[in-house]
Amino acid sequence: MSVVIVNRRQFLTTSAAAAGGLLVGFTLPGRTAVAAIAQGSASSLPLNAFVHIGTDDLVTLIIHKSEMGQGTVTSLSMLIAEELECRWESIRNEFAPVEPAYGVIGVYGSNSIRTSWQPLRLAGATAREMLVSAAAERWGVDRSLCHAENGTVVNRSSGARLTYGALAEAAAKLPVPATPALKSPSAFKLIGSSPKRLDTPAKVDGSATFGIDVRLPGMLYAVVARSPVFGGKLSSVDATKAKAIPGVKQVLQVSTGVAVIAENTWSAMEGRRALTLTWDEGPNASASSAGIRELFVKLAAQPGAEAARVGDPAAALASAAKRVDAVYEAPYLAHAPMEPLNCVAHVTASSCEVWVSTQAQTSARDIAARASGVPPVNVKVHTLFLGGGFGRRAQVDYIGEAVEIAKALNVPVKVTWSREDDIRHDLYRPASYVQFSGGLDVEGWPVAITARVVCPSFGFSRGGVDGTAVEGITPNPYQLPNFLVEYQRADAGIPTTYWRSVGYSQNTFFLEAFIDELAAAGGKDPLEVRRRLLAGSPRMLAALNLAASKAGWGSALPAGRARGLSVVNNIGSFTAQVAEVSVDAGVVHVHRVVCAVDCGAVVNPAGVESQIISGIGTGLSAALKDGITIDAGRVVQGNFNNYRVMKMPEAPVIDVHTVPSQSAPGGIGEASTPGIAPAVANAIFAATRKRVRVLPIRLDA
Amino acid sequence: MAIDFTLNGKRQSVDVPANMPLLWVLRDTIGLTGTKFGCGIGQCGACTVHIDGQATKSCQTNASAAAGKRITTIEGLSSDRTHPVQRAWIEIDVPQCGYCQSGQIMAAAALIAQTPKPTDADIDTAMQGNICRCSTYRAMRAAIHRAAELTANGGRS
Repeated sequence: MSVVIVNRRQFLTTSAAAAGGLLVGFTLPGRTAVAAIAQGSASSLPLNAFVHIGTDDLVTLIIHKSEMGQGTVTSLSMLIAEELECRWESIRNEFAPVEPAYGVIGVYGSNSIRTSWQPLRLAGATAREMLVSAAAERWGVDRSLCHAENGTVVNRSSGARLTYGALAEAAAKLPVPATPALKSPSAFKLIGSSPKRLDTPAKVDGSATFGIDVRLPGMLYAVVARSPVFGGKLSSVDATKAKAIPGVKQVLQVSTGVAVIAENTWSAMEGRRALTLTWDEGPNASASSAGIRELFVKLAAQPGAEAARVGDPAAALASAAKRVDAVYEAPYLAHAPMEPLNCVAHVTASSCEVWVSTQAQTSARDIAARASGVPPVNVKVHTLFLGGGFGRRAQVDYIGEAVEIAKALNVPVKVTWSREDDIRHDLYRPASYVQFSGGLDVEGWPVAITARVVCPSFGFSRGGVDGTAVEGITPNPYQLPNFLVEYQRADAGIPTTYWRSVGYSQNTFFLEAFIDELAAAGGKDPLEVRRRLLAGSPRMLAALNLAASKAGWGSALPAGRARGLSVVNNIGSFTAQVAEVSVDAGVVHVHRVVCAVDCGAVVNPAGVESQIISGIGTGLSAALKDGITIDAGRVVQGNFNNYRVMKMPEAPVIDVHTVPSQSAPGGIGEASTPGIAPAVANAIFAATRKRVRVLPIRLDA
Repeated sequence: MAIDFTLNGKRQSVDVPANMPLLWVLRDTIGLTGTKFGCGIGQCGACTVHIDGQATKSCQTNASAAAGKRITTIEGLSSDRTHPVQRAWIEIDVPQCGYCQSGQIMAAAALIAQTPKPTDADIDTAMQGNICRCSTYRAMRAAIHRAAELTANGGRS
């Protein structure tokens, strides 16, 4: 894929590009309407994406989302190309700049397909109709005699054909059809198929440009020494030795610490190593994981703000034939995308440009404007490929920092974070502590669950409840006659943010493992308990049944192996998993995972499969490897030697099955991450009778 | 210091500190950015290149140690993505985010060169120094078997 750094001007609904050709803009409902109102101009909804057909027959599709591995470039191109009827081989892509025409650009919540499904097909259809009209005019025939096919318009009365390239300039001058017809699903050629990823060629020969690969004339390189303790402030700096390192050009105090600017990344790192710094470590100087846990335990002893209530939970627990109490815990997690954070910035008196792998282009533009003092309209954000994001790159702190440094220099600067910077100065998936009680009736079926969730906030609050901190416990797909969820906000001084699947990443583990405990306490098959509680959620039930059947739930396994189940309904999709596990001298081996997902209409089956596999990998690393711990106010882990992740020998077989569906697409990027930890934990119980209630999983040998 | 080596088949001279890791010589001094920085301590394999045919972590190799050696990076593996490992990677559509893939491909190419018909165990051993946060591991293993097939067939599928 050729990713061209573009600085397109804002286009109106239809306009000829400088190169000549047809551009189609369109509006997105919902989010962009909100953006338009925020700008005070609801009457001129911003444009979000383009189809550009060159006179050379090349079709350039503008991607207004980030590509961080989830396949958006390919799948969004499929949505447009399906209706456009262009040749797949003729497609080129560019990432959209931040301009009002594109609305708010940001990729999170597995939203790319969900929010683009309708508008991008309309964009393709709009362009197609205009090309057909242009051809009909040229031939002087009724347009009902013409149709689009494989990058050409066909005249059925004469058999003549004109290529899109030959029609593009004429089509651009035609009125935009108000209601272009969309294909019926039975006519789809691309949607539902798995064409080759458009970004693969560039990713196998080293030519794919990630943010960290940007090189500009005269560019300098920087690293920043930041407070080792969250919230600490610089007390003193002695840069004498740092300035003596060959290649070091400048040492600069910035709001996040001390920047060392050099001729190359290595010299900047060596310079930083030679700094003598003292810090006022502030109120978090003595923070520790043990202290944070003490805080959680103390808060768990007090009632929290009510997040959900059904029936009479207290009475139901009191009258239950059997009661089960359990405490579950999960640690802070770092994101650790393969590409460490970085940003290239260039600030002049009147302009600011950033080149960055980001999930949040519009926020990037805004923070760059604030940090540079340049009006937002004069800020340009160039989106590069992301070497992973997982939510970290939805934050823009590292972009503001780079712009601040660039403002102090007259040349472009690339700020690179070391892996240690990345892990120790992350914003983390919060640690969490949940106190559950459950009640069973005389037959052993669950009739009540209460949960008190103690968790730092993700930053949202309504009536004292951070819905993100409890999501996965409530809402959940089950129907329970008695149900209570309370939230206790714990302010632990550790910065937090989204991490792949957000609150579900820990809460689905908690709830699904506790459901398993209730099933065991009642002497029931965990599959049967879930089926009974999911009677009101047919899509969740269908995914569960598909996973159970494909996994051979209940059938014999080799000695020592056992299965565990989980379900989750997040990001508009329904995902069930069965993990097949053995435990050998305390080491957990995950042999096979069967995952069934109902994510609505499937745009790209290979994309769905790879995202399910990837999401399970993320969840498995978190379940089996390392969490983030705090000591003396500092993050203990710093690199892949002590913040370990899954490697090839441990990667299980993962069978992915989709539930056929005509519903609008759900999300997929975060669908499978929540359910793998509980599926594994429940399988461990089935294999060993040891109940796992704490992540990461640690079993005695 | 002045250091000479062969890079992707051509003579290359650089003047850099002797202890500067080859990774940064390649990326910042020479401008070949296909070789990636991932950890800086030899734990992730994103910086894997070939030195005299051996898969080597360039973040753990000082510039001085490259003197006189034959170095191949992802840019030099083939001029047109026709190395069997690249062909297999394209056929199976392995990459997701793609950031680790240069290193993975270089590790796989060195394996195939030394072990033309690797078993799963051979592959696991050769590749366990390379991390992929998108978990393309099983796809990579399949692609390495496919690359071995392509190599055995003299490049014909």
